[in-house]
Amino acid sequence: MKLSVKLSVAALSALLLAPVQAQTEIQWWHSMGGALGEWVNDLAKDFNASQKDYKIVPTFKGSYDESMTAAIAAFRAGNAPHILQVFEVGTATMMASKGAIVPVAEVMKKAGVTFDANAYVPAVAGYYTAPNGQMLSFPFNSSTPVFHYNKDAFKAAGLDAEKPPTTWPEVALAAAKLKASGHKCPFTTSWVSWTQLESFSAWHNVLFATKNNGFGGLDTRLAIDTPLHLRHIENLANMAKQGLFVYKGRGNAADATFVSGECAMATGSSALYGNVTRNGKFGYGIGTLPYYPDVAGAPQNTVIGGASLWVMSGKKAEEYKGAALFFAHLSKPEVAAASHQRTGYLPVTKASFEVTDKSGFYKKNPGTDVSVTQMIRKTTDKSRGVRLGNFVQIRTIIDEEFEGVWSGKKSAKEALQTITKRGNEQLERFQKANKG
Amino acid sequence: MILVKHNRGMEKRVRFKSWWLPWLLVAPQMAIVLVFFFWPAAQALYQSVLQQDAFGTSVEFVGLENFERLFHDDSYLASFKTTALFSALVAVSGLSIALLLAVMANRVIRGATVYKTLLIWPYAVAPVVAGVLWLLMFASPYGVVAYALKAMGIQWDHLLNPDHAMALIVMAAVWKQISYNFLFFLAGLQSIPQSLIEASTIDGASPWHRFWTIVFPLLSPTTFFLLVINVVYAFFDTFAIVDAATHGGPGKDTAILVYKVYYDGFKALDMGGSAAQSVILMLIVIALTVIQFRFVEKKVQY
Repeated sequence: MKLSVKLSVAALSALLLAPVQAQTEIQWWHSMGGALGEWVNDLAKDFNASQKDYKIVPTFKGSYDESMTAAIAAFRAGNAPHILQVFEVGTATMMASKGAIVPVAEVMKKAGVTFDANAYVPAVAGYYTAPNGQMLSFPFNSSTPVFHYNKDAFKAAGLDAEKPPTTWPEVALAAAKLKASGHKCPFTTSWVSWTQLESFSAWHNVLFATKNNGFGGLDTRLAIDTPLHLRHIENLANMAKQGLFVYKGRGNAADATFVSGECAMATGSSALYGNVTRNGKFGYGIGTLPYYPDVAGAPQNTVIGGASLWVMSGKKAEEYKGAALFFAHLSKPEVAAASHQRTGYLPVTKASFEVTDKSGFYKKNPGTDVSVTQMIRKTTDKSRGVRLGNFVQIRTIIDEEFEGVWSGKKSAKEALQTITKRGNEQLERFQKANKG
Repeated sequence: MILVKHNRGMEKRVRFKSWWLPWLLVAPQMAIVLVFFFWPAAQALYQSVLQQDAFGTSVEFVGLENFERLFHDDSYLASFKTTALFSALVAVSGLSIALLLAVMANRVIRGATVYKTLLIWPYAVAPVVAGVLWLLMFASPYGVVAYALKAMGIQWDHLLNPDHAMALIVMAAVWKQISYNFLFFLAGLQSIPQSLIEASTIDGASPWHRFWTIVFPLLSPTTFFLLVINVVYAFFDTFAIVDAATHGGPGKDTAILVYKVYYDGFKALDMGGSAAQSVILMLIVIALTVIQFRFVEKKVQY
């Protein structure tokens, strides 16, 4: 009896341990559903097939905030994954959680994997780099806001389908023509804060928040109560009143209304490209994010969105080596170029951009280069990106206050002032909680 | 109820010979209550006096600071009003529609089972699915209901119109709860002695009069029980509906208290603030339940 128990325990442990000894498994939690989920699985499959020692196990954990909550719960229970995909607004939270993460640069160095921080596109990698120049997370999927438009609707309204509006006054004129041609939703936008305030600021080379948009310290405060921001929000509010701008909800809710053809123009993520080319039944064009031509320094560059890969603490050296090799694999020019072309996300390394450019991809797929040209520029201190603590709450505050503006209940001035006040409370609290 | 009736005039309490047997019999229930109610409640109390980062790597005792911050937040105070309105609408309309349906169903003879089954069905739907279903029906401009409303000249816009947004989440929340209420009302109606109704019919009471003077008072224990359950439901179980249908918008006009608990805890990762809010919410529901038992129950005839 006792012997058989011992034997079965031995057999069971042999069964459980055998594959571990042969191959080190690396858990990767991500938020890529649908076609993007297939992309993630293919990346893991290719890496796993390229060598025998490590196995990347990707697991879809729901939306960005869901997988972050799941990882936090797992970390508290001592079961965190090795690699976690975190959206850009979670970056400051991850950076502040020093005990929970291991900087990617350190992971690469300890594993002895060659790693050149200069190989990465500065506007992308800079966002995930600490003030001392150490890369903290791996820039995996980055996008930037661009201007999407429906060429069929443009033609029907008598507009030039090959010349999208490039400035906000032109957008308003195009919207008026679209409306006159019977269009119910001439212009809409996804991610209101990201497109209309954060990228808007960088695009015009003005600050969104003090201390270089939060890069210079936790004592950053919102800087959006300015005449330029006011002018833009008032402009949008007027467009809303005239039915030229139609609000379609928070987050990326407006994306679907562009893909379905309901809305003719939309500012949204460049990563919408894949969705529109697959599901849109109309001529699809991409233009640069509109700006105000009389503002000196505009257009500068836009800010990134999307997500990066963080390495969690408390794992074995062997497992970190596997993660390091995986990152090195993702950084290979041909792998990174294939990812960029497949998804519409920005190229991660400069080499992958050159490979894509030389292959003639941008010429064959007009519009795909827009996001790249908006980003591959020398950034300024004002345009490097926005990295704030409690950013999730700040974006919600912006959504809440602007809803009052779009419905005509609040003035733009009032909303910007309230956003500044409420947003700064969040920043103060984050600063206090992370002073150490 | 039946037990009480049969024992009228006798000792109501059951006496056990051994002291440990009653404890043993309630032990499984006690274990469930301890693990699933008292332990999480104690955790919430503990977390509410801490401030910590998302991963819990730095935890600091802050006393009542989380509570102080809440009461300095105007939007939190406004959320009480929103919650009161929402809960009242959900409880009142949920109870009255369910009662109407139960009275109707009680009179149906042919195909009664099918009718009842269909009415009970929505209870099996998860709150978030209920939220999405109603959202799709009212999504402008292609949702079925939004489209019909437009034909009637009503421009439905729950994204920017607070009244529309509130109506949307109330409808979704009520629809999901009607089944539960219906089931209890139907059982209550079926336990009303037919002889009473017949006697009053002979006396010439109209159906309307019969309902208000006989049926409704005899249903009062059920109504009271459901009132408590529905208020608790509106306070606690509806965040998924709000999250799916409105995200608390426009502005904060549908951000009820429990949605804010969920948002701050799971989206904003502010554990201390979220725990403090759930402690306050717990106190409110305890107070409401006590009030209901103290004052409303006096009007209940068992």
